[in-house]
Amino acid sequence: MVRSKFLASLIFSLVIIALSVAWMPVPDASAADPNTFNRLMKPPSKRNPPPTQDGIHDPGSIGTQGLQTPREAFKPLPQGQSGNYVDWVKAFDAKKIQPRFDSKDPKAKPVIMDLTIVRQVKGSMPDVIFPHKQHTEWLDCSNCHPVPFVPQKGANQMSMASIMLGESCGVCHGKVAFPVADCRRCHTEAKGKATKTSAKAAAKPAVSKKK
Amino acid sequence: MALTLCKRIMVLGLTIVSLVLLTQNVSHAEYGDVVMNKYSDDSGIRPVVFPHWFHRIRFRCKVCHADLGFKFKAGGNDINMLKIIDGEYCGACHNGDIAWSVENCDLCHSAKPKTPTQVHESTLQKLIRPAGAPK
Repeated sequence: MVRSKFLASLIFSLVIIALSVAWMPVPDASAADPNTFNRLMKPPSKRNPPPTQDGIHDPGSIGTQGLQTPREAFKPLPQGQSGNYVDWVKAFDAKKIQPRFDSKDPKAKPVIMDLTIVRQVKGSMPDVIFPHKQHTEWLDCSNCHPVPFVPQKGANQMSMASIMLGESCGVCHGKVAFPVADCRRCHTEAKGKATKTSAKAAAKPAVSKKK
Repeated sequence: MALTLCKRIMVLGLTIVSLVLLTQNVSHAEYGDVVMNKYSDDSGIRPVVFPHWFHRIRFRCKVCHADLGFKFKAGGNDINMLKIIDGEYCGACHNGDIAWSVENCDLCHSAKPKTPTQVHESTLQKLIRPAGAPK
């Protein structure tokens, strides 16, 4: 008797679930309370979840359960402001990570080019300093030249809009390298200082070699 | 009778939990995770999730994007299992020598079925859209 009642209520709730699924329009987590915090933003507590909870991996797959969790891997690494919330450049400089330069040869070393490029920008934003050094530590020249960047001064027009759409710097920044909302990591050179640099740069090209 | 009530409460609780779970259809995967689903769904296997973060701890960008020829574009590389077992693309390392071999299907093919090809958390994905707008 007790069992049949239990079964009946189980069936009843299953029917309720089925009906709610059928009647639910678009899943909307904010439907309960329209004025919740972080309505459209991922709150800090939801950062770097394990693969089984990240919404992309299939939690039912045995493979998913075998994968390393980001939090475990990121624990010894310096924290960043955005993206993976890891400062990859700092992690690299501090030798917290030692990524191979060659798939087979763990001792292969890159040729580092220590050349900074000043890009004067419109509006109130500080000018952009592009450091070849950090980029050549990770990449090969052919990754950026001649596509998407022609290796010639003044030959590369770009805008934040095109970057956000995935062109020029946006090929990596905003996808894997630090996101475009980290404005000050590129826009670093104060305007006044840049004017001085550019006065010098008028005689010489706006490419300065750093020692 | 008290037991039945207890069970009823349990069932009601289960119902609520499943409803809450059903309404949380939001992805929180890692920045830079790439989902590859050019052929997977059609071939009846889960799409691939490529974790950039895991690989950049071990290799510089150049290894895959210059030496192995991966283009900087999700969906821009025509990768299939034949090429992989012949040592191209993922197969350059996933050969049982540098990294685990291809028989571990589930470790790569781990995405929820029907997940479209994408770079997860990319700028365009993160732009705030009205609810129900096409993604």
